[in-house]
Amino acid sequence: MFSAKRTISDLRVFSRGYLRNKFGLFFGLIFPVILILIFGAIFSGNSSGTITVYVQNQDTGPFPTQSMDVATSFIDALNHTGTVNVQLVSPSENFSRYLADHSSSDGIIIPANFSADYLASIPINVTVYGNPSASSSAIVSGTVIGLANEFNLRRFNGSSIIGLTQTTVNTEQTKYVDFLIPGLVGFSILVSPMFSLVNISSEYKKIKLFKQLSLTPLTKMEWLASKVLFYIVLSAVSFLLMVAVGVFAFGAHVTLTVWLIPFLILGPMLFASLGMLVGTVTKNPETAGVVGNIVTFPMMFLSGTFFPISIMPQYLQSIAHVLPLYYIIEGLNAVMVYANYAQALLDIAVVTVITIVLFVAAAKVFKWRE
Amino acid sequence: MLPVEISSVKKYYGDIKAVDGVSFTVEKGEVFGLLGPNGAGKTTLIEILEGLRKRDEGTVKVLGLDPWENGYELHKKIGVIPQEFTFFEKANPREAVKYYADLFGVRVDPDEILKEVLLDDSAGVLFENLSGGQKQKMGLALSLVNSPELLFLDEPTTGLDPNARRAIWEVIRDLRSRGKTIILTTHYLDEAQQLSDRVAIMNHGHIVAMGTSDQIIAEHGSGERLEIHGTEKLADHIKANTELKVDFDGKDLISIQLNQKIDALAALAAAEQSGLDWGEIHTRRDSLDDVFVKLVSGIMDEHGEIKTERNNRKPGNQGGSR
Repeated sequence: MFSAKRTISDLRVFSRGYLRNKFGLFFGLIFPVILILIFGAIFSGNSSGTITVYVQNQDTGPFPTQSMDVATSFIDALNHTGTVNVQLVSPSENFSRYLADHSSSDGIIIPANFSADYLASIPINVTVYGNPSASSSAIVSGTVIGLANEFNLRRFNGSSIIGLTQTTVNTEQTKYVDFLIPGLVGFSILVSPMFSLVNISSEYKKIKLFKQLSLTPLTKMEWLASKVLFYIVLSAVSFLLMVAVGVFAFGAHVTLTVWLIPFLILGPMLFASLGMLVGTVTKNPETAGVVGNIVTFPMMFLSGTFFPISIMPQYLQSIAHVLPLYYIIEGLNAVMVYANYAQALLDIAVVTVITIVLFVAAAKVFKWRE
Repeated sequence: MLPVEISSVKKYYGDIKAVDGVSFTVEKGEVFGLLGPNGAGKTTLIEILEGLRKRDEGTVKVLGLDPWENGYELHKKIGVIPQEFTFFEKANPREAVKYYADLFGVRVDPDEILKEVLLDDSAGVLFENLSGGQKQKMGLALSLVNSPELLFLDEPTTGLDPNARRAIWEVIRDLRSRGKTIILTTHYLDEAQQLSDRVAIMNHGHIVAMGTSDQIIAEHGSGERLEIHGTEKLADHIKANTELKVDFDGKDLISIQLNQKIDALAALAAAEQSGLDWGEIHTRRDSLDDVFVKLVSGIMDEHGEIKTERNNRKPGNQGGSR
């Protein structure tokens, strides 16, 4: 009954139509790449570690010898941590006004007598300006505290016993873009088939194109199979494009293994079915569009697409766990970033079950005639 | 086996009796016109015949098959152009024919089929850029891909300009001359008359008249009449001085039923005798329009909607002899 030949004929007509439609092409292939470029540029541009800090050194001396100018060595040390980029401010400036004028909340004041008091072992405070809600301020205070401890120890001839070696997960250094690629691959697996099938299935119903097709030997399963096949191919092409851009533009590290294949096949199938379901159960294309958005948007933001879900509050994380896209992105991360195949296998299992349920449901409610 | 045999077919939607006990047969090679206003049940009926809708009651045999139970089999043998035919926007007629040929598993030359429906000059134009008439021609082309013996054309010319309609008629006449059986729904009287061998007039889910145009006119029409332009006074005078049935339309037209042609002489003699003024005279027979108006009580506008006022009724084009 099922004819591969008819499926391919339908696929041919559908993909030709798709390629002739500039909008579809843009959203299917170009848009995810643009997202990679934008997010990649925002978050992994020249080593996100350097934070510009304005420093006002009020300890102007005089210093009989160079070594007695502790304030200057403190600032030099600060500059050498690599975490902050020191911008000196003239001691005559009103410091808080200066920060406001430069739209910055991160600043440090080294008080007058800093060097003298240090050498005399009199306690003296360095003032750190910061915005409690900005992560950069926390980094600045942390850096200053660490440096102050270092100077304190040195004053009393102490030395650090516990040192610190910085590294990140995986053997190679992992960057934001490395997490971004699986997220945006998931995004494109969600968006293209979902929006397209919501639109097609409600629109074809409205203009009675399904009725017309039902008068040919094409079966609805063949029709559905051709759409699923199309979006699998489109997702694969989009995946390769995104990986290429990530690697060449941002030097992303991507592990390409056969483990990716189940996600690239099941994902489009899952969302094509979900889109079909939404387009079929709703009355008209307008309602279908609204319902489609209600289903798609939370998934788009809460599944770890643009940022890891671990930074979200617990209740949002619980929501994420019922979204199918979450398991696809988690699985892609497991394969592409962590090489954690046990986790990937679990995600494949979950995605397979959801896909089968949705596909069967879509095929069931989707009616060719009356 | 007749191509179409249906009896007592019913289809209700709640209280609405879309099709309420319809029976007819269609002969091989015949063009059968289903005429009626919008909402008469034409499309519901034709979709039951195509296997797109399930009937509530009655028996339906199309090419010997039950369309609902054996729709998949049936669809390989019939050609259909649905009402308001649509297709994928970004495909052109040549690709569409090729696509249907692939689906039906037949080998055809797309250009040849497009030539048959007079669309060969636009074979490469995307569907979204075709005119209304070209779209309908493409629908016709697709319905011919599987060389069907039976064709269903559901309002093939609705919304088209007169030239496009005539072009479609030409194609339908050509199909008829090649021996295809055609079931055509329309709300255009002239279309039904021009193309059909037999017409069934449908109203409120019933068939109210069926046969050739002449049969329907003979059965439901009022026969030959003499019409005289004159006053009500003249009408009364003729009525008083003859045995004839005389009607006055309230303005200036006197209509006299002629049981035999010689009755006209008596009527005219009475008119002359009255000494009153009278204008143009002619005899006429009911046209299909007149019968249709009588049967569905009201006349249709170009969208198939019934207008209730009857004063803009056109004189018929049949039997209008002076």
